[in-house]
Amino acid sequence: MKILVAVKRVIDPYAKIRVNADQTGIETHNVKLSMNPFDEIALEEALRLKEQGLASEIIVISIGPIQAQETLRQGLALGADRAILIQTDQDLEPLVIAQLLNRISLREAPQLIILGKQAIDNDANQTGQMLAALLNWPQATFASKVTIDQQRVTVEREIDGGLQTLAFDLPGIITTDLRLNTPRFAKLPNIMKAKSKPLEIIASETLGIDLTPRLTTLSIKPPPIRPKGILVHSVDELIDKLRFEAKVI
Amino acid sequence: MKTLLLLAEHDQHGLKPATLNTLTAAKQLSNNITLLLVGPDSERAATQASAYQGVTNVMINNHACYDHGLAENIAALMADLAQPFTYLLAPATTFGKNILPRVSALLTIAMISDVCEIIDDNTFVQPIYAGNALKTVRNLQAKQVLSIRTSAFTAAGELTSTPAPIDVLTQHPQARACTFINQQLTVSTRPELTSARVIIAGGRALQSADNFDTLLAPLATKLNAAIGASRAAVDAGFAPNDQQVGQTGKIVAPELYIAIGISGAIQHLAGMKDSNVIVAINCDPDAAIFHCADYGLVGDLHQIVPELIEKL
Ligand SMILES: Cc1cc2nc3c(=O)[nH]c(=O)nc-3n(C[C@H](O)[C@H](O)[C@H](O)COP(=O)(O)OP(=O)(O)OC[C@H]3O[C@@H](n4cnc5c(N)ncnc54)[C@H](O)[C@@H]3O)c2cc1C
Repeated sequence: MKILVAVKRVIDPYAKIRVNADQTGIETHNVKLSMNPFDEIALEEALRLKEQGLASEIIVISIGPIQAQETLRQGLALGADRAILIQTDQDLEPLVIAQLLNRISLREAPQLIILGKQAIDNDANQTGQMLAALLNWPQATFASKVTIDQQRVTVEREIDGGLQTLAFDLPGIITTDLRLNTPRFAKLPNIMKAKSKPLEIIASETLGIDLTPRLTTLSIKPPPIRPKGILVHSVDELIDKLRFEAKVI
Repeated sequence: MKTLLLLAEHDQHGLKPATLNTLTAAKQLSNNITLLLVGPDSERAATQASAYQGVTNVMINNHACYDHGLAENIAALMADLAQPFTYLLAPATTFGKNILPRVSALLTIAMISDVCEIIDDNTFVQPIYAGNALKTVRNLQAKQVLSIRTSAFTAAGELTSTPAPIDVLTQHPQARACTFINQQLTVSTRPELTSARVIIAGGRALQSADNFDTLLAPLATKLNAAIGASRAAVDAGFAPNDQQVGQTGKIVAPELYIAIGISGAIQHLAGMKDSNVIVAINCDPDAAIFHCADYGLVGDLHQIVPELIEKL
């Protein structure tokens, strides 16, 4: 079985997010960029399936600027077999990302595609579901447990009310939630080896997809600042404040 | 006239509160709103839905292939019904997030997730980067697909004396879909997390599921509160996943949020910083949670919480 894993390069989850001066975007100068944490989990799951003998090849794919090669190299160092970069300097919408991934899926014919449930930059939580729609494949989103028996994939997923278990026959799409697994770190020799693994670069314009944005960003602003609170010094004072000042209890 | 189709979330007991928050957003966009309810138990919720002011029409489809909120068939149905509507909405709950992007792609429409403010017919605000930035987007597509951040809109409450007509749909388009195996839903007598007036949330510092039961639960009972948790607490097994508040858990905005032994990572703040009043109890005076708290109390939760329970 061939597995395709989509990975995005994003601002590191522990970096401080600052809106740029002209309120058109987020400051990325001197900010650490990393693989989207959900995508690390997606890749880890694919690696584990390969280690169980259930997958023969893992392809990592990213859509982004030329620097996203670093993210792909990290994926190769972690154990993916080869990488594809669809290069673009545009900030593409999830629909277009899904359309591009669809093109590559038709070419590569993976049986399983694993994506993070959301990227921590736009928090959109759309791409996996959209790709599943375009391929007319079943989708098991927000996965916290995956088991595969022959062609049958069983996925436990996190839903608002608790946990739900679904199953589908390959091919299909899984999007990952945080509790699916804990990703490994790349070992130094593997980082060296990753440099010689194949990484194909495809220009985004060559895939026959209309990349023009359908939505226009008017502004990006920092959220309103909460008024500064106070420290209270005892439980009695806290109860008093909640009763008589905030009037919430 | 701009028409709107709202995918309602419900269960065997009736409409979910998230649907009513989404209805409030819908009413800002349209005065011709159709609610779509699917699954074998949609009838009771449909009767309820038809009584809300602002609802023009209710459509139900109780075919079994739409049971359990499975995305593939529900998306196929919604895309099939989309033609006459300008807006397609769903709550940004795990139910809506699972289905709506799929509908959007079937219709080749770019979707806007998590709308938290409606500026006009085609201008919307959405949080990005865990709520560290607010993006204003203009959407000039002929048809618009929007998921609604439920905590940003009050629940519609106004009823009408002339209930909307209920149409029973008989077509049932299907797609290659998952099969439902089972689900374990958390049963609780407490208010639902996303609609509770008060939330007591615990973090890693609670140290065990036992402490959630013996310290947080009695406090929650006293205040008729829901119980929330940080990711660290859920990962450690102290609390079930459906209690996680944050960027990747639930987004809440209660009247009162009491964070106990939670450090205040941005991913946690993303889920609760729009609460009306925030209380933080933490033994570390430098914990980030104090920056967003209206009332902070520095100290050991093992002393403070029992004292709170006793004195309330
Ligand atoms: C992609 C991604 C998504 C994430 N999504 C979420 C999310 O949705 N929700 C979420 O919550 N987190 C999320 N996180 C995790 C987040 O970054 C933090 O790791 C997590 O919120 C920390 O949980 P905590 O505050 O309970 O634990 P800690 O950070 O360990 O804090 C424990 C706190 O308890 C205090 N404490 C210790 N003992 C006591 C005591 N006896 N009395 C009082 N106080 C005490 C400590 O001073 C400390 O401040 C996410 C992370 C990533 C990378």
